[in-house]
Amino acid sequence: MNMIELDNVTKTYGEITALDGVSLKIPRGELLTLIGPNGSGKTTLLKILACIEKPTRGKVYIDNDLVKERSVTKLRLKGTMVFQKTVLFNATTYENIAYGLKLRGFLKEQINERVRNALKLVKLEGYEKRPAKKLSGGEQQRVSLARALTLRTELLLLDEPIANLDQRSASIIEAAISRIERETSTTVVLATHNLFQVKALSEKVALINNGRLIQVGKAHEILGDSRKLADFARIENIFPGVSHITKHGTSLIDIGDNVQIEASIRKSGKISVFVRPEDIILSKIKIASSARNVFEGKIVEISDLGPTVRLGIDAGKQFVVQITKRSFVEMQLNLSSKVFVTFKASSVETID
Amino acid sequence: MMLRKFKPIPLIISFLMIAAIIIVIVSVEEFYEGIKGAIVLIVSADPEIMEVTLRSIYISGTATALAIIWSVPTGLVIGLGDFAGKDFVRGIFNALIGIPTVALGLILYLLLSSSGPLGFLDLFINPLGVAVGQAILITPMMISFTTSAVEAVEPDIKDLAKTLGASEVEAAFAVLKESTPGVSLAVMGSFNRAIAELGIAFMIGQNIRGSTRVLTTAIAMETGRGEIALSIALALILLVVVLSIGVLTNLLQRRLR
Repeated sequence: MNMIELDNVTKTYGEITALDGVSLKIPRGELLTLIGPNGSGKTTLLKILACIEKPTRGKVYIDNDLVKERSVTKLRLKGTMVFQKTVLFNATTYENIAYGLKLRGFLKEQINERVRNALKLVKLEGYEKRPAKKLSGGEQQRVSLARALTLRTELLLLDEPIANLDQRSASIIEAAISRIERETSTTVVLATHNLFQVKALSEKVALINNGRLIQVGKAHEILGDSRKLADFARIENIFPGVSHITKHGTSLIDIGDNVQIEASIRKSGKISVFVRPEDIILSKIKIASSARNVFEGKIVEISDLGPTVRLGIDAGKQFVVQITKRSFVEMQLNLSSKVFVTFKASSVETID
Repeated sequence: MMLRKFKPIPLIISFLMIAAIIIVIVSVEEFYEGIKGAIVLIVSADPEIMEVTLRSIYISGTATALAIIWSVPTGLVIGLGDFAGKDFVRGIFNALIGIPTVALGLILYLLLSSSGPLGFLDLFINPLGVAVGQAILITPMMISFTTSAVEAVEPDIKDLAKTLGASEVEAAFAVLKESTPGVSLAVMGSFNRAIAELGIAFMIGQNIRGSTRVLTTAIAMETGRGEIALSIALALILLVVVLSIGVLTNLLQRRLR
């Protein structure tokens, strides 16, 4: 029994082809992780599965029913989607979570009960009367998840549910998703560009790039060639280089352009290392600390991700750093501001 | 630092304006006497003034209610829609916001007067006729502002409503609900335009005492007759109504945010 079947689905927006002949079957009760870089078509695919977008060509079957103009409103009820960018109604947390339940005609007591349970699941007990838009970024995303989970749909579509969230919110959301997956027969499709989420959560993985499905298979089959995957999933701050072991027992990796990274690993020879953007400290003056890696650079790229800001720093090599919006504002950073990036040798990880 | 922030020119202009107003008030004795008379009239709750005021509110309120019926859904459809010629349609309504009330009044007069093609509707010299005319007048404004308010709502709200189980219509309602602050501004602004206009009220209503006389037509007539005190009283009331609506809008917007 397939919950979802896509038959040669193509979606174009004017000149742009977002999805290009995607065929895919997802059996009932399965968790499928969709991995691909930003702009690869993950969101479009999820929106088509959610019956929000219509495919330009091709057929979509949900629960063995062909999605047609006439049946779309009915089939849409079988699934629900959590968007990457948190969207909330300008209302209380309760109103937000109750919206879908009201549409489905639940009674007041049932709605109260379900909202309470949903909030408990995302660890926001007692938040009913709070205006949803006044919550923090992580709390807002937890409300969106609760709002989706409370519907208990057969199909759950999650678009980068923990991207750019604080650690606590991310782990609460991961736990809630795991629990749904473990305790219910919900079919879950989770889109991510974060390779590490795959290892933690997934059974089956589909790789997508430029709107095409590259490979579908069990996680361990595909994750075998992790270098290719890392490249694919765009882990930031990947640096290929040559490593030699220092007399202190750490490794010094020459990544070219006169940049050397110290790592608390013991490996020599050719190696690829990476540093997570959230592990890098950004400062306007050089800070004295125990961290072994300090580089001076200037900001060459700024992208606003809502609660956080992602910066590209040119320090010989380009580093991607993620900081909160608040820090960004307080530090009064601009393009070409001079900054220092600092990270510990233990934050440097190898890819293989 | 303080000196650098000090801006003398706006201050001087304000002073000159206040001085000019004082000179006018003092020199035009008529005005001074008028104010005194106006206050007496308002405080004594002159029945005719009360009647004209309430009729003004009633007619323009009806006009606003009528305009809401077709303008808000139209604004919603244009705001949500993605069709060829959308900019053209928006452009037309934007241009029509500024339609002169006398021009529209004249057109309506030609249509509605007893010898006109729509004379059989019996809207000429009829409060309902004035309301309909004002409703037409404020329609472009209400549509334009509603469209803008709807477009200002996060585009994902519609998708969100749908994925939570809403049909197209229910999703459109969700967007409308999110745009309430903007739509309420459109409605309040339209009411103010209706109650403050003169052209349509005069040409369609003909300022008939006890039937179609409203604040603006009464002010125009009384001024013409030299009843300055009465004119000022009516104008003050009109100002108070318009400003109260403004304050109310402000409060409402703050509540909704």
